[in-house]
Amino acid sequence: MPVPTLDDFMARAYAMELEATERYAQFAEQLDTHNNREVAELFRKLSHIESLHAKRILEEMGWPSLPALPPAYAWESPEGPETAPPDAVHYLMQPYHALEIALRCELQAQQYFEGIAAGEAPPGVRKAAVEMADEEREHVRLIRDWMRRVPQPEAGWDEDPDPARATE
Amino acid sequence: MNAPGAPLLAAKDFKSATKPVWCPGCGDYSVLSAITKALAALGLKPENVAVVSGIGCSSRIPAYTNCYGFHGVHGRALPVATGLKAARPELTVLVASGDGDGYSIGGNHFLHACRRNVDLTYIVMDNHVYGMTKGQPSPTTEPDWSSKLAPGGTGLREFHPLVIALASGANFIARAFSGDPNGCAALIEQAVRHPGFSFIEVLSPCVTFRPEQREWKTRAHPAPVEPTDDPGRAARRLMTDDGFNIGVLYQGHRAPYRSGNGASQTVEALECQFRL
Repeated sequence: MPVPTLDDFMARAYAMELEATERYAQFAEQLDTHNNREVAELFRKLSHIESLHAKRILEEMGWPSLPALPPAYAWESPEGPETAPPDAVHYLMQPYHALEIALRCELQAQQYFEGIAAGEAPPGVRKAAVEMADEEREHVRLIRDWMRRVPQPEAGWDEDPDPARATE
Repeated sequence: MNAPGAPLLAAKDFKSATKPVWCPGCGDYSVLSAITKALAALGLKPENVAVVSGIGCSSRIPAYTNCYGFHGVHGRALPVATGLKAARPELTVLVASGDGDGYSIGGNHFLHACRRNVDLTYIVMDNHVYGMTKGQPSPTTEPDWSSKLAPGGTGLREFHPLVIALASGANFIARAFSGDPNGCAALIEQAVRHPGFSFIEVLSPCVTFRPEQREWKTRAHPAPVEPTDDPGRAARRLMTDDGFNIGVLYQGHRAPYRSGNGASQTVEALECQFRL
């Protein structure tokens, strides 16, 4: 999809970050409810990080809040490329799984910006897309580092001796 | 009515402080999010909206919004909502239900709500299973779905809610998918705007008792046709529907039911009649 102006492009990038912020916050709430506090806390951190990215876009553009997105801006997927699917979580998931989700999202965002940078957008937009892709690449590196610092889940991590679906 | 010039609210302003207790990954989270986004997009205020529900996982929704709510009797959300709308036509009334509550226990009310065409928006979160009571087959469960509680499947033909809604007189019929919360919000917004009884079936996977429904994201697709106002054409489409067409499938022009008299008595006068 062609990107007409830098404002439109940055508005879209902001919307992406905001949607990711909200989804991680939603996951944190879900895991809180199921007493998986460690992963809930990790999702809260991810949500906070995404909110800082969103805030920085506003600051860089000098916008007090998000300008209206032009109607032509529908994502190619149902949600933005940096947003985790709503069903990505499991009540027994471990920090490593949360980071796997974050890694997928950052990679998708990186590919999205790389696509625009390589496309037919105006030079100002392509330059901004290159910068955004570089940022996402850095996020990918940070998440991979983070993943090395948490234990990898053992087989059977999702086995529950008292499962919610028990019928007797 | 909202005051002219009043600031518009955001989706988060329609959420209550009560945290949902659905299973992580449940589609109903997205439906809640879609409802709040739609209400914000409509420029409504929580005090001008009522969310009425029956019993089941999906029927918890009123507690998670800041709107007026009524978490009622199993299958009886529609009669309650009908009465509310007749008495308070200025309110926007949403009705939340599931495939068990809405099509089995409340199946008869579904038919007559479509027939009456009161200006309600009926959102049914369909996961083809009774989740809250641990996985019994519901009216929309596939006949061959085998489970501990129904070994070998029920062998019963599924209920086709959209076809039944059309035959019964619903004025707006759509299908949404919880995996697309933004699309779902847009459909809810359209449904609220459309006069009369609007019915939205939301495919909302139950990740606990029907984990295979995670695959719905690969099956859901935009309906390849524009909405029609021709019931005959809509009937043919719905009868040959694959169950995963997403979008508005029928938009009729039937005038909604309007309560003729409004309030005939004050609350004080009514209390006098029932005083012991």
